Amino acid sequence: MTPTASPTAGDTSAHGVFDDIVGSESSLRRFLHGLPGVDQVGCEARAAGLATRSIKTTSKAFAIDLAIRMVDLTTLEGQDTHGKVRALASKAMRPDPADPSCPATAAVCVYPDMVATAKQTLGDSGVNVAAVATAFPSGRAAMDIKLADTRDAVEAGADEIDMVIDRGAFLSGRYMDVYEEIVQVKEACARPDGSSAHLKVIFETGELQTYDNVRRASWLAMMAGGHFIKTSTGKVQPAATLPVTLIMLEAVRDFREQTGQMVGVKPAGGIKTTKDAIKYLVMVNETCGSDWLDPDWFRFGASTLLNDLLMQRTKMTTGRYSGPDYFTLD
Amino acid sequence: MSTPTPTNVFEYAPAPESRAIVDIKPSYGLFINGEFVDGNGTSFKTVNPATEEVLAEVAEANDADVDEAVKAARRAYTRVWSRMSGAERAKYLYRIARIIQERGRELAVLESIDNGKPIKESRDVDVPIVAAHFFYYAGWADKLKYSGYGETPLGVAGQVIPWNFPLLMLAWKIAPALACGNTVVLKPAETTPLTALLFAEICQQADLPPGVVNIVTGAGETGRAIVSHPDVDKVAFTGSTEVGKAIARAVAGSDKKVTLELGGKAANIVFDDAPLDQAVEGIVNGIFFNQGHVCCAGSRLLVQESVADEVLERLKRRMSTLRMGDPLDKNTDVGAINSGEQLKRIRELSEVGDAEGAERWEVACDLPTKGFWFPPTLFTGVSQAHRIAREEIFGPVLSVLTFRTPSEAVEKANNTPFGLSAGVWTDKGSRILSMANRLRAGVVWANTFNKFDPTSPFGGYKESGYGREGGRHGLEAYLKGADQ
Repeated sequence: MTPTASPTAGDTSAHGVFDDIVGSESSLRRFLHGLPGVDQVGCEARAAGLATRSIKTTSKAFAIDLAIRMVDLTTLEGQDTHGKVRALASKAMRPDPADPSCPATAAVCVYPDMVATAKQTLGDSGVNVAAVATAFPSGRAAMDIKLADTRDAVEAGADEIDMVIDRGAFLSGRYMDVYEEIVQVKEACARPDGSSAHLKVIFETGELQTYDNVRRASWLAMMAGGHFIKTSTGKVQPAATLPVTLIMLEAVRDFREQTGQMVGVKPAGGIKTTKDAIKYLVMVNETCGSDWLDPDWFRFGASTLLNDLLMQRTKMTTGRYSGPDYFTLD
Repeated sequence: MSTPTPTNVFEYAPAPESRAIVDIKPSYGLFINGEFVDGNGTSFKTVNPATEEVLAEVAEANDADVDEAVKAARRAYTRVWSRMSGAERAKYLYRIARIIQERGRELAVLESIDNGKPIKESRDVDVPIVAAHFFYYAGWADKLKYSGYGETPLGVAGQVIPWNFPLLMLAWKIAPALACGNTVVLKPAETTPLTALLFAEICQQADLPPGVVNIVTGAGETGRAIVSHPDVDKVAFTGSTEVGKAIARAVAGSDKKVTLELGGKAANIVFDDAPLDQAVEGIVNGIFFNQGHVCCAGSRLLVQESVADEVLERLKRRMSTLRMGDPLDKNTDVGAINSGEQLKRIRELSEVGDAEGAERWEVACDLPTKGFWFPPTLFTGVSQAHRIAREEIFGPVLSVLTFRTPSEAVEKANNTPFGLSAGVWTDKGSRILSMANRLRAGVVWANTFNKFDPTSPFGGYKESGYGREGGRHGLEAYLKGADQ
């Protein structure tokens, strides 16, 4: 790996390690462009190869429950209402009302104005509230508005903030702007009691287009202190793909080698089936190892995925498929 | 945030492909003139290398059997196959290709049982490329006048193939031979005869005229009888350089045309600007694909000194995720060594590596108690003078060397009696082209390794053999040539 930074003992924030690199626009650019390139064909072939793993019986049951625990159950529509969010939150806590052994999801993911409603329903259930902030999904707003958006969500009780980066700045090579933006949003995640909401940084990989860009964005976000790196808003196609997620998993793996710090990964958008979810888990397992097989370090941003997981889960226990009407819509 | 303790271990439950689809008979005869016959020789056993279970008794063809087979091939050549129009021959080849696809699972399972290779390779690589070869050469059968090599077949082709890709090597040999209007007598390797015999059934199913394809099983003596038979017009061999030399001597002075595809000791060259994660995949695929039983395997890793430590670290981490075991398990990455004999050779050469002072590192894994197994292994601190850098090990053993400049990489890569393949890993397109020009190897892969396609010619420099298989070039070996 190109960076020469060594982990600083006792330093809890990653970006202290990278002071030299983020000291100037030119050194940051040199660093990001000095990361090893990605061969598109090879990367896609590796992702496709991992997708052929055959996960059966006990390992399938393990994977389904793990995937349910990793879901950020999401509704991000203009038509969202408080009622809809309450229903979603109830579902997140008890995904399968007929089966109390079914685990809860990791979080619900909503717009900032719905955070209070979600929080009220979820209470101390352990299911987090994630809010998309910073002028989601385009990120096209003035900086103070993005920060206010973030603070508003945190004040309303959000446990996690999903921010979008300024893709325009990234694509025009203004990496320092993107870096500063992430640092500032992270500061805005702080609560008065000294704790802080977890920050997920969304790249919108469908707009970044190349795997080299995804790798650079990953390092940029990790150096800026993001707790999670996330593929997409779900509003742009293509959203999450296996190869894009592979690049991000390699980045968090390499980042830990460098700094000792773990960063989470969240593919979001387009993951609809249990089969898909298991492919991602296999990829996590064989790229980063079992440390990342935990909702603290890997999430699925999804809405329809959960019901397919529940159907497959029921099939595993009863041996029969139930119709979609046996699972709640939201 | 602290590092969590690994509590979430994702174990993959066994996912075995069913054996029920194949029907292995207790004994097999020879396939001569469209029929299975007992033969006049003795018999030998073929075993499952993953369990040492005896799979079947197979007839060992003697001189008389080979003579019968050559006569049948000659009859079929003169009376039917050489007189048939290319378009008609193509119909048979297309039919064979389609049956291979239809019976693909059966072929893949049988290949894995008899050879020891993982089902994911026989299913996703071997069998699809086998079908692709028949489809590809079927397309040439009625277009030979555009090949540049004339349209006249040679006659009877005697073909001897190895055990590492039993069915794929059969396809590389039979498809172009038949497309050009030749008939064949083919001998599969003694440790892996079963898919060739299943292919014989497929020829029957396709109503291929009797005698166009003859399969005679046996070991070295049978092979010798084929290549030295006076009525064989063309000899095609894939296998060791040692046997290749013996064949070249045996046919010297005769009219026989010869193509030999022999050993290799390919250099896989990784520059410091390479896409490292993909390069690591390519290194793994280059040497551990098919347990390293690949003539064009990237058995010498040449890595630029400035990234050597990092590449090795990544490589070891990646090798630790390789899954070794039951070849029929769909999650197996590395299967069984094909035979006890081959395992012995791999062990011997590895011990030579230790003795010569190279440092051995192998994946920590439990090997099954039965069968033939060798863990994925790499040697560091290897120099050009070491035997493990010069001799073909033909197993999952990688020798790692370093270089500092492109010229040094070329020198080291070419400093071998072989020249079958090479790999170049760099983000710089111009460097790929300049390296490809300077490497004396039949195939140079850029930012990939071990990719095969029927449209692409394959063959070696120097002791890796002569002649090309695959693509338009592959037709030359089976045609008289416009000027003859």
